[in-house]
This record gives sequence, structure tokens and C-alpha cells, in this order.
Amino acid sequence: MDTIRVQTTINGEAVEFLCEGHETLLTALRDRVGLTGTKEGCATGDCGACSVIMSERLVPSCLVLAPEAEGRTITTIEGIANGSGLHPLQQAFLTHSALQCGVCTPGFIVAGKALLDANPNPTETEVRYWLAGNLCRCTGYDKIIRAVLDAADHMRRSQA
Amino acid sequence: MSAIRYEAPQSVAQAVGLMAADPGASIIAGGTDLLVQFRGGVKRPSAFIDVKRIPELTSITLDASGLRLGAATPAAEICEHAEIRRLWPGLVEAVHLIGSTQIQGRGTVGGNLCNASPAADTTCALIVSRAHCVIAGTRGERTVAVEDFCTGPGKTLLQPGELLVALRLPRPGPRTADAYLRLIPRTEMDIAVAGAGVSLTLDARGTCTDARVAIGAVSPTALLVPAAAEALIGTSVDRAAVARAAEAASAAARPIDDKRGTIAYRRKVVGVLTSRAVTIAVDRVKGR
Repeated sequence: MDTIRVQTTINGEAVEFLCEGHETLLTALRDRVGLTGTKEGCATGDCGACSVIMSERLVPSCLVLAPEAEGRTITTIEGIANGSGLHPLQQAFLTHSALQCGVCTPGFIVAGKALLDANPNPTETEVRYWLAGNLCRCTGYDKIIRAVLDAADHMRRSQA
Repeated sequence: MSAIRYEAPQSVAQAVGLMAADPGASIIAGGTDLLVQFRGGVKRPSAFIDVKRIPELTSITLDASGLRLGAATPAAEICEHAEIRRLWPGLVEAVHLIGSTQIQGRGTVGGNLCNASPAADTTCALIVSRAHCVIAGTRGERTVAVEDFCTGPGKTLLQPGELLVALRLPRPGPRTADAYLRLIPRTEMDIAVAGAGVSLTLDARGTCTDARVAIGAVSPTALLVPAAAEALIGTSVDRAAVARAAEAASAAARPIDDKRGTIAYRRKVVGVLTSRAVTIAVDRVKGR
């Protein structure tokens, strides 16, 4: 058989799945591993809905082949909260009503987390450029930007 | 429909062997062009040869002689490298313009070159920095100047079984700086209507002793424009010299009409971008 066995780490847990050589990581996450929080928007790398963090880099999982996950470390939206406690970004999105239909939201939160991991004190301009590859077709961007800035502020103060 | 294989060679020799054994196989680096083309039915390789497990393709080395960029180094890693930012600000500007944060986490400078888009932002910046491509094949390694690598839209001089391994850039001399500018109708996430890269060297009195100018998105491949460089060399890069360089860039352009711009507009704009990039490069030299 041409099916490939992949061993990887997703959200801190060892995971094994079978996939085809041309399958994307997005498809494998959703249909093989059952982690459907990561969304398919455009499937061409333009919308950011499928963003995940792979080996500490923010990537569009629609443009990653599933077998590439072998031996890598992946964080998806399901790995952002700490158990039942929401991540400050998730809480800020609720507080600011920074979502409507919610399809783009996992991508924004994963991208926001990658930003705050790299830069805990971003300016509004830095947030806007960082998130330029995440598209939202209903809320508009302002609430999302406010939520990310608010989460960053909250995280810095709780660290102090 | 037969299954598409996935291979992850650990060495250049293994990758070359896999490519030579299967003419239908395709190298995958970041996949940001290839997988979109695959999804759109434009390309259907018999195998994906993932070169990101090969240390020579994913490492950056910088020493006294210059920079070696593994062809599969992601754009983000280049932008984060403080010494590259200091020595090649124009190259980093070009790399940083490619797509979104997510695309920069995947897309590679070698892939950008191999995709051979006339509008590829990095190509002009690499040309003005005198980059050379290190190519591996079954008959060994060869090196070509980056301005000769692309032969037309989507076409390169890579022969079947050959693989782009790295880009080598000589270390810039003293009082040398580069700059890259492109025009897009938005602020982010678009493809160049026109682009211009400049690298120049000034002596202590401010006379230009060396220059390279390259233009993109205005011909089938990015073009080195020697006439624009000649307009600058030997001058104090005064307004008249900058205007002559801009005219030379416009004259060298061979653009097409398409949804992003007309022939006349592109020809004019590439001159404007050239003059602005020259000014930025001069300011960078003087600021050092």
C-alpha cells in the first residue's frame, strides 16, 4: 500500500496517523486525527483559517503535506486553552465580540498566539501586519485587533 | 489514478538520485506555489521530493566571504537574522514582502526563484547582490549567476535531475547598501505591478564606485540593467544621475498589459521605483 504512517506530536501528545503522499496536514488533522477546530477556508494559503504552529513557525496547514509532520511538533487551536481554562486570547475574543460566524477564529487565535510568543508587546501596526494573512468576512478587523492587543496587555500584566 | 509518492531524502545525493530516477517527480520546499498549482490541476507530479530534511538546504551560514542561504530556508528565518538584516536590508525587504506571516513561515527563497515568476520579489534583490545559484545534479555541482537562472515565466535552466541547493552572496564591501521597492495597489498580500532593486557603493567623498540595478515584473524574467548602473557609477548620485538611471530602467523594461497594469504604466513606474530605491540605498550607505 502507498499509505504512509506518520508519527508526530500534536498539542503535546504523541499522535500516529496514516495518510496519502499528496494529502495536506489540514486534511489529516481534520479527517484522520479528528481535530476539526482547524478550518479550511480557501485551501490555497490566502485566508489563514487553517493556521497551525509547526516546529515554532506559523504555517498554513493547507500548504503542508501531511507526511511532513513526521517528527515535528504541532500546535492547533485545540492546544491553545489550558484544560478548561481559556487562553487570554480566547477570553479577549469573547470580551470584544471579535467573532461572528467563527470560521476564521481558530486561525486568528493561533496566529495571535504565535505573534505573542515571539513579541509579547506588539504595536497595533505590528498586529495588523502580522494578521494580514488572516481574512475575516463578517466581523471586520477592528475588534480582532483590539482583542489581540488586550490579550497581550493582560498577559504582560499577569507575568509582572 | 496512481498514488503520489512522498519522499524525504536526508542528503543532496539522495535527492538528486530520486529526481534522476523519476522525471515526473517534483521538489517541494515550502509548497506555497507547488501545492496551489497541484490543487488547481496545473501540476500533477508522480512524487513530492521534500528537501527540508537536508541540512545543506535548510541552513544559513554567514562568514567573512559572504552568505550561503540553503535553498529551502523559510523566508521568516531570513527576516529574523539580525546580521542579514544589517548587511542586506534590501534583500530582507524583498523577502518580507512575500505573502503573509503564514506564507513566510513556509515559503523559501529558493522556491521563490525556482517558481520563476517574473514578479518574484526576491529575484531583483538577489541579482543586485551578485548572488549565485549552487545547483546539484547527477554530474556534480555547478554554479550560475542568479540573473541567468530564470529563462522565462515558470521556466529555469534546471535540467532534469537537477536541484537548487543554495544561494551564495558575496559579503558587501564597505559603504555598500541595497534596497528593493515594489508597487502594489494595496499595502500587503499582493503581486508586484513592478519592482526595482538597487545595490551601490560610494567612496568616502560620496562618488558612486559600483552599482547594480535590477527590475522585476516588467519582462519575462527579472532583468539586470547595466545601463542604469552605468548612469550612477562615477557620479555623486545627484538628481540628474538618478533620473538617467530611472530612464535606463524604463527603457530596459519589456512589460505586458494585464489586470495589474498596462505597458505604459509599468514602464513609467519601474523608473520611479528605481530612482526611489537608489535614493534609499544612498541614504543607507551614508547612515552607516
